[in-house]
This record gives sequence, C-alpha cells and structure tokens, in this order.
Amino acid sequence: MSMESALAEPQLSRLPLEAEEDTSIMAIEVGPAHPAMHGIVRFTTYVDGETIVDMVPEIGYLHRGFEKESENSKWIQVIPYTDRLNYVSPLLNNIGYSMAVEKLFGAEVPRRAEYTRVIMGEISRITDHLTCVGAAAMEVGAFTFFLWFIKAREYLWELIEQVSGARMTTNWTRFGGNATDLPDGFLDDLQERLDKVKDILDECDKLLSKNKIFIDRVKDVGTISKEDALSFGFSGPMLRACGVPFDVRRSDPHSVYDELDFEIPVGTVGDCFDRYLVRMEEMRQSISIIEQAADKMPYGPIMTDQRWVDYPDKKEVYGNIEGLIEHFKMVMEGHQPPKGEAYVAVEGGNGEVGFYVVSDGSGDPVRVRLRPPCFNYVQAMRHMTIGHYIADIVPIFGSINMIGGELDR
Amino acid sequence: MTETTTVPESETPRALTALLQQQFPDTLIDFHNHRGDETVRVKREAIVSVCQFLRDDPRCKFELMIDLTAVDYFEQHREPRFEMVYHFKSLTHGHRLRVKTPVPEDDCRVDSIHELWEAVNWYERECWDMFGIEFTGHPNLTRLLMYEQFEGHPLRKDYPMDRQQPIIELREIDERNQYGRA
Repeated sequence: MSMESALAEPQLSRLPLEAEEDTSIMAIEVGPAHPAMHGIVRFTTYVDGETIVDMVPEIGYLHRGFEKESENSKWIQVIPYTDRLNYVSPLLNNIGYSMAVEKLFGAEVPRRAEYTRVIMGEISRITDHLTCVGAAAMEVGAFTFFLWFIKAREYLWELIEQVSGARMTTNWTRFGGNATDLPDGFLDDLQERLDKVKDILDECDKLLSKNKIFIDRVKDVGTISKEDALSFGFSGPMLRACGVPFDVRRSDPHSVYDELDFEIPVGTVGDCFDRYLVRMEEMRQSISIIEQAADKMPYGPIMTDQRWVDYPDKKEVYGNIEGLIEHFKMVMEGHQPPKGEAYVAVEGGNGEVGFYVVSDGSGDPVRVRLRPPCFNYVQAMRHMTIGHYIADIVPIFGSINMIGGELDR
Repeated sequence: MTETTTVPESETPRALTALLQQQFPDTLIDFHNHRGDETVRVKREAIVSVCQFLRDDPRCKFELMIDLTAVDYFEQHREPRFEMVYHFKSLTHGHRLRVKTPVPEDDCRVDSIHELWEAVNWYERECWDMFGIEFTGHPNLTRLLMYEQFEGHPLRKDYPMDRQQPIIELREIDERNQYGRA
C-alpha cells in the first residue's frame, strides 16, 4: 500500500460503505487478551477470506497515567516509575530519565558511572532483544528457541540483580551517578556469563537463521519501505532493518559511546526476517561493547560531587549545620533543577526512548514526557498487515516488540 | 509578548534558527539554545508552513518527527496557557530541532500537521486526549489512550489526580462489529 493511499484513508473506526454490503468481509478481534499478544492491545481485523483488508489497532489498556503521576511527584520519585515503562530493559529507562534531569541541572556524571551505565544499559539491550526474538520465534513455532533465550536472559538478569538488587524493578540510577557500584568480582562473572550467552546465540543462530520453516513464516512478511518507516517515525532495530543506519548511540553520542567501537547492523528490505537478523547481530555488538567497557573501566567515584544534584555526604549531614540543612531541604523540597527544558534521547531496546522534561525551578516537575518507540510501530501495524494473511499478524506483531508498559504509559 | 520558558543565555542564533529567521521573519517569536537544544518558538498560524519547510528544505531535511506533545503552564499562570512542543530529527544532517508554538486556553486549537508525517496521526490524537487541544484538519480526532466516555483531559493541570469517573457500561459486541457479520 502506497503512502498516499494510506494518508487518504484515515484510521477507520468502521469499514467503508461499500464493504458494508459485501458480506464476504468478516471482523475478527485479535486481542486484547490473546496468547500471541505481548501485553494488552486490540486489533480489530477485517478479513476477506484469510486476507486482511483493514485493521484498527486500539491501545490504552495499560494506561496508568505515568506522566500525570510523575508530574505530581518529586523529580527523584519518578525513577522507580521508569522501571515500569519498558519492563524488559528497565535500566535503559532509568538511564534516560536520569540523563534528562542531569541535562536540566547541567550536571556531569563521573566516568566510572558512565562506564557502568554503558555496561548495564547494553546488558539490558541484550535482555530486550532476547525477549523479543525469543517470544517472536516461539509464536511461529520455535519453542526451543524461547526456552534457551529465556535461560540466557536469566544469566543476564542475575548480573543486574547483583548490581541493583532487583532483576526488573531496578531503580538504579540517580541524578549525577548511580545508586550502587559494581560489586567485587563482577567483571569476571560478567565475562563468564557473556561467554555462555554467546554460545547460546551461536547455537540458536544455527538452529533458526537458515531454518526453512521459520524463514517461510517471516521472509517478506510485514515489509515496510524506508520512506514509510521514516514517515511513521520508526527508530532502533525497526528502522535499521529497513536499511537506515540510524542509531542514537552513534548519531547523538551520549555517555561514553563515542569511545567505544561498535558496528550498526542494517537490513535490506525491512521485513520480519531482517528485523530478526538485525536484533541477532545487535546482541553480538552489545556483547562486544560490554567487553570493551569492562576493559576500559576506570576507577573513581560513582556519584557527582556537585551540590544540590546529589544528597550531601552523610559525614557532612551529621558533621556540620550546612550539610544538615542541605540534606533537609533536598529531602523535603526535592531536587530543584533550574528553570528550563531538556530533551534527551537514548537508544532503548526497541528504538529511541526520549524524555522531555520541563522544570519551573521548583521541586515539582512541570512536565515529564516519555517518547515511546513502540507507539509508532503499533500505529504502523495497519500499514504493515493489510494484504497479508491473518496468521501473519503473529510474526509481524512479534517483530515490532511492543511493550505495553511503554506504549500506554 | 509572553515570557519565554527558559532563561535565555545571551545567545546568538544557530544555523537552523538563523535560517528560519530569514525564511519566516514575521512568524518567529523567539528562540533559545538552553542546554544545547536548539529551540524556536513560532506563531500558531504558521506551524504547518514551518513544518513543511523543515521537512522539505534541503538545508533542514527533518525526515523524522520524533515527538509531539504539549505542556500545560496553568500553575505558572502563563498566558497563553498551553504550548505545543515538536521534536524533529534529521538523518541527512544529523541535527535536532525543537519547535514550540503557544496555544491559548480560550481558543484551544492548532492546525494539524498529519499530512507531513504519518506518525503525527496518533501523536495528535494522544495530545487531544490528554490536553484537549484540537487539531484542525485531523482526519480522526478521537481518544487514543482513554476510552470514549471519559470526561475531561487528564494531563491538564486542573484535572485532579484523584478524580474518579463512573464505570462505563459494557458495549454490545454486535453493535461494534455490525459490519462483516452476515
């Protein structure tokens, strides 16, 4: 379907009139609670035989009012909330939000904290891709794949648990640094676990990448052209699968990514198979980034010493009146970033995660806005599925990696 | 003229701002580069032409409409109350730009830019849903995250956090899917 015709036909909540008389068209609800739906989203699908002629995605089932809740909290109280956005790579949300507020403050993050953020962020990216690829493969019949990937994901989540104390509800970053440093022996354990994950990736690659049954289900399914993908605001692996080498880590280098060497895998046609290949290769690149960062890991503090960004040292709080008052004010009134606004984009698990924050100089945020990457993908579902068979919804939907918590906020 | 959002850091316009100043001399309200984010504020009437220029001009080439949202300055007693915020990213040149436009409360509407990027469609629906800002010319301005019967716009600052709304009645499935059912 060309872009012009998609524009001419806006999101229909009902079928066009001629279809009303055409009794061969049947409406099928896919979701909201369907085994192949990750999270809760509803597709009202209109099919002619088995071919999809129209589909209307409906979202909002998991809307919890993240933005409203954040705007009624203190700045620091939002960090645990960000875990619940993209809950398979919570650390990347933590990092994104902290970076946005640090930008408001104009605060510098110590280099060791940046390097640990890179390591933890890349681990999260791998867990995100493992979940996406594993689940998508399972839904088209490759169940072994899912079990192995979940096993690999568990190795990595245990690493995250060692550092932050939780597998998913990490709440790990703070403004100007991180809550905890890497524990003793972490880097050795990291290497061991990465080796295991690499083995699993290699094995699964052999199992699936040339598997005729799998390729038949995903090749030339859900294809989207480069132009349409850009118009729909795609980012991350979805856009790279169309052949556009856009990666926030490279185009707007944040943290210490410009000191690390990695490649950006791109696809050619932008179908589900390309997305699978891009994600598989990205996991290898992430492993390489983690290894480089572990090699270069500097020593030093993990929190900034800038006043009013971080709480004062306990020694100060108990030792002198200034420290005590500063601590009291920061706890009672919250962090008070200077008046202004900031937008920070990080490369999340499935695209550009953007945080737009506005401060009026007080402890209460004026606006905390999340730009969810999968919002655009779900919007494009109609565009990607029309003309395909109804069974193709499953691999297409699996490949967009929709995360309900992030989509509906 | 209204006050700006941020403390201007006695600054000079950067390349894109200068280009827009030259191209739209009457519509640019102000600009700033706070924390390195290039930002321009334009008049509401001109938002479509500015966005069109940003997408098509070879010096701008903003292929990606990254984000579209609004900010409610009710508690800051700012006039006009709302502000639309657009974020763009160019892959050709690698630059980013934030475009803002004020929207007054008593005439809460702004022209839709859905014809320029496909992604805008849902972002504008969400913005209408959350802030009640009407997008003139939008093909299907219905609620996206909330349900149809929801009253009010939750991200407005005067919508109370703890307000409860009545439970809606279950709709008949047949009524919704009357088409296609033989």
